[in-house]
Amino acid sequence: MPVTHAANGAKIWQLRNRNQTLIRWAATLAAIAVFMWCWKRISDATTWFFVWDAPRIAADIGSRALPPRWSYMDKLWGPLWDTFNMATLGTVLALVMAVPVAFLAARNTTPSTLFIRPVALFIIVATRSINSLIWALLLVAIIGPGVFAGLMAIAFRSIGFCAKLLYEAIEEIDQNQVEAITATGASRWQVMAYGIVPQIMPAFAGISVFRWDINIRESTVLGLVGAGGIGLQLQSSLNTLAWPQVTLILIVILFAVVLGEWISAKVRGAII
Amino acid sequence: MSAVTLDDRLGTGWKKPPLITNPALRWGLFVSAAIYFVLAVGSIDVNWARVSEGLSRGWAFVTSFFNPDFVSRGSDIRDGIVESIIITITSTVVGILISIPIGLGAARNIAPLPVYIVCRAIVSLSRALNEIIVAILLVAIFGFGPLAGFLTLSFATIGFLSKLLAEDIEEMDRVQAEAIRATGASWLQWINYGVQPQVMPRLIGLSMYRLDINFRESAVLGLVGAGGIGATLNTAFDRYEFDTAAAILLIIIGTVMVLEYLSGIIRAKVQ
Repeated sequence: MPVTHAANGAKIWQLRNRNQTLIRWAATLAAIAVFMWCWKRISDATTWFFVWDAPRIAADIGSRALPPRWSYMDKLWGPLWDTFNMATLGTVLALVMAVPVAFLAARNTTPSTLFIRPVALFIIVATRSINSLIWALLLVAIIGPGVFAGLMAIAFRSIGFCAKLLYEAIEEIDQNQVEAITATGASRWQVMAYGIVPQIMPAFAGISVFRWDINIRESTVLGLVGAGGIGLQLQSSLNTLAWPQVTLILIVILFAVVLGEWISAKVRGAII
Repeated sequence: MSAVTLDDRLGTGWKKPPLITNPALRWGLFVSAAIYFVLAVGSIDVNWARVSEGLSRGWAFVTSFFNPDFVSRGSDIRDGIVESIIITITSTVVGILISIPIGLGAARNIAPLPVYIVCRAIVSLSRALNEIIVAILLVAIFGFGPLAGFLTLSFATIGFLSKLLAEDIEEMDRVQAEAIRATGASWLQWINYGVQPQVMPRLIGLSMYRLDINFRESAVLGLVGAGGIGATLNTAFDRYEFDTAAAILLIIIGTVMVLEYLSGIIRAKVQ
């Protein structure tokens, strides 16, 4: 915080000196320029006539979409069950695969920091950075459309997330307990079972419920690319412009998501 | 005396305490989980013939990761990635700018009740709606193109950032804010000098994290026509051009890794 003197000798307090101020100005200018250039690109790619027309279109769709076609609900129970299964079984499958990856990635349990840990970390980053819709797209192309592809997509997408949180939990465990178990002459697996697992169990339960909640959200849209569930009905309703059905499906999805979040919050509250 | 065996003297062996102490609840949960599994697995019909047929294609896809084709659809990939980045940057900036006032409004300790309820409603709405569903609706309203993607991600950013910002403000140290207020500061000065310095490091960290999420999401918005690399990726899959798809996925993974690394550095610096 530099202090300069005015002509009459009075001290003038400033937050930053001249160079800092200049750097800040330059950075701000560059940021604004980048943003403006990006905005120009978007603007060029947009048909502005449609945008000015948007309120009318929105009102038009709204008037078509209301009231929801409640009778369509009969056809939604099956897809809803599929969606729920995709999320639940996908989470279970993901946990089965994530646990070994997490143990291989955690610094204190990995057999080799030099060779195995980077591979485990790459698996975590790679599965995490690919969205579940892309996984579904890929799996539909490979194993054909259906609930199974959606389930596998959810499972693969969740590996990275679960393994990352789990290995961070493993790295934060209390080493004294591990040492106590080791001191009894326990084997490597016994140390794992009695020294490490009890310490990460609450974190594990919390992570699985948390991911299950996210997976409920994600599995509702996987049908858009042909991977089963309620998204399939959404896609077909959108394609036939059956807006009252779309409204009903959106209400059902919203309800499912809120219910999932409520259950997950309750369970996590009970665990912690 | 002689009747006492070694086992009696040792007493009962130690058993691991169960995770759920109530035995009825434990067994009830176990049995219902087992029943559910049988029902759920039974309701999924897997066409194993189709799966085994697809496995060779899956293997082709895995091997194509080792010789990805960046060139033959090079210009499409470049345009898609640039569009994704543009959507990411603009939506993050606009999302942050909008989520700051909403985050202030959603913090119970600085906002009056009516404002609080309205802001919390906006946050809940934005968080409950999946990005893809919002994108579908916005594409229907605004037409195809990056504008719909930009609006979708801005909307999603608002829900994410406002909620976390509001929680951070609610947990802030009241004493500092009180001190600023005691100097006779106006409301804006109070926010600027009493609240903002306390939440700024976390806000920067969260913004970087959101930038990362927005890039990942922008990669799929193209599937529903909202601009970005997703459309190119979808076409590549539909045409079974696995080498091009692998190239796009590698670019996405690489960009996400770079972004995560950068955001790690920036977060470490501000905190």
